[in-house]
Amino acid sequence: MTNAPLTQLALTFSILSLGAVGGANATLPELHRQMVDVSRYMDDVTFASLVALAQTAPGPNVIVMSLMGWHIAGAAGLAVATTGMIAPSSALAFAAERAFRRFSASRAVWVLKRALSPIAVGLMCASGLVLARAADSGGLTIALTLGMTLLSGLTRINPLYGIAGGALLALAGGRFGASP
Amino acid sequence: MRRVSHYALFCGFFKIGICGFGGVAGWVRPIIVEERRWLNDLEFAELLGASSVLPGANTVNLAVMLGDRFQGASGALTAVFGLLLAPIAILIAIASLYDQFAAAPAIKTALAGAAAATAGLVIGNAYKLVKAFRGQARALLVAALTFALTGIFHVSLMATLGVMIPCSLALFARAGRAP
Repeated sequence: MTNAPLTQLALTFSILSLGAVGGANATLPELHRQMVDVSRYMDDVTFASLVALAQTAPGPNVIVMSLMGWHIAGAAGLAVATTGMIAPSSALAFAAERAFRRFSASRAVWVLKRALSPIAVGLMCASGLVLARAADSGGLTIALTLGMTLLSGLTRINPLYGIAGGALLALAGGRFGASP
Repeated sequence: MRRVSHYALFCGFFKIGICGFGGVAGWVRPIIVEERRWLNDLEFAELLGASSVLPGANTVNLAVMLGDRFQGASGALTAVFGLLLAPIAILIAIASLYDQFAAAPAIKTALAGAAAATAGLVIGNAYKLVKAFRGQARALLVAALTFALTGIFHVSLMATLGVMIPCSLALFARAGRAP
């Protein structure tokens, strides 16, 4: 699998990086086009199973790109894909942070920050809904989502208890025949 | 502004990375606002605003911006490294064990439960951020419209941002404030 030139891999992921408004999941269609249709690094089934596999690990969704790199060219591919995906957008974020700080006294930056923050909060509400729709397939999962919503919305309890509790309850429910 | 060391940045973002089963979106706020108290809810919403509209992974952008704010360029690198270290290591371990791993239905069931709880975690934290806009009619209106467009009407993110950023800027440009 190491016949893929690493420079091409770096280029592909750098372009994805700067186009990735909305994070890694929003770029999955373009990633699929690049990996399967354009560069033919893998077939459809492999692509889908790598995406599913990446969901089982913790962490930001961008690590699906690391896994693609690993699949295509091993450790070097992992390093190149991860760096290619992260470096360009991070450089932009870095520049934006510096610019915000430099002009923090200006009214324009104040307006920009105030204007963008409710958009981000609205997007986060929508992600919650999208995640709930994807994850809730029956009574038990709906109950888990509602329970965790109340727990995290009304208390400051460590979320780990809720997530681990959710996994355990699903296991227990599965054992007694309820569909998760 | 608070002093936050490289070590603290690494540990905070390491925790966000390693805890975030099913995505980190629900974990960033509890750790940054509630556990570490690096930012309050409004400051966090501002940072989330910039990191969400810029291209790239939102949490990586957030790590870059917060790391730079506390410790400059090396702080940004430390935060991103802390965030990605554990997830990538775990992912590679899972990928190497894939055949045995995928065969276990118990793991699928447990992950389905964790994913359902994670959805609740994101909603609960989004609720707390909405609550921080209490009394700010403009912010509540913009958040509600953004939510409706993407969450209910499934408008693409690019189109939503294309509409909401100019509208929101226009709304807030009229807001009075001594800079």
